[in-house]
Amino acid sequence: MSEMNPGDSIPELAVTPDRYLPNRYAGASGDFNPIHIDPEFARQVGLPGAILHGLYVMGLVSKAVTDAAGGDPRSLKGLSVQFRGMSFPEQEIVVTGEVASVEDGVTEIDVIATQGESQVIRNASARVSRDL
Amino acid sequence: MALSTEAVGKSWPSVSYEVGKEKIGEYARVLGFESPIHFDTEAARAEGFRDVVAPPMFCVVYSAGAMGPVIFDPEVAMNFATMVHGSQEFEWGVPVCSGDVISTTSSCLSIEERDGKGFYVFETVSVNQDGDQAVRGVWTNIVRGV
Repeated sequence: MSEMNPGDSIPELAVTPDRYLPNRYAGASGDFNPIHIDPEFARQVGLPGAILHGLYVMGLVSKAVTDAAGGDPRSLKGLSVQFRGMSFPEQEIVVTGEVASVEDGVTEIDVIATQGESQVIRNASARVSRDL
Repeated sequence: MALSTEAVGKSWPSVSYEVGKEKIGEYARVLGFESPIHFDTEAARAEGFRDVVAPPMFCVVYSAGAMGPVIFDPEVAMNFATMVHGSQEFEWGVPVCSGDVISTTSSCLSIEERDGKGFYVFETVSVNQDGDQAVRGVWTNIVRGV
């Protein structure tokens, strides 16, 4: 893991999920809530269309911070997020983060995930460590 | 207060999940993970894992079965129509690899009303076949108009 210091930005992760991503995530995760995979159902319950799974976006956040820590899954010790705005397929999601503190080998990173003007995940905090 | 808090402190029986290599690969691929440690047994072993290793957030796959009964428990009495996943925390322990058997128990930490919304907070604790903790999760669901 490269040296990280408070105030450092982590490399940005930008992903544009394709139209069928929610179907593949539903299959991978087992969450087949129709608001994610059936645009017509989603509109019937007042949503603009099928929305991405929040835990998919949290997965992207986990990838951004794990990548920043060198890519070993053992380096990610903790992650907490708040889900806020909805997000949609076929629009770019951007995960950015900044190192908040480094103490006893544990680096705390503040993270947000945005789509356009909307903060999809905010107040996210990740703990990564070089001790695997 | 209108909200039923009957379920606070309740815990549910553990649910076990046997982790498969292709399931890890499927999950990793959807999230865009490319490292061969998630797909290739030899590559994973070369990095010190027993077998292909799951990305940390794969915990949502093996703990989902333990959350299902919680969400649908009549004592919890959650209104799905206006429910959203408000926040989520995970603390990871030992890595999870193909072949592991993960047992997850769930419990209700709190049910509170704030600003006309119900905050339902649940905990899951997942341990592997050796009794080592793989993850602890705190799941917060928010129900509008309680």
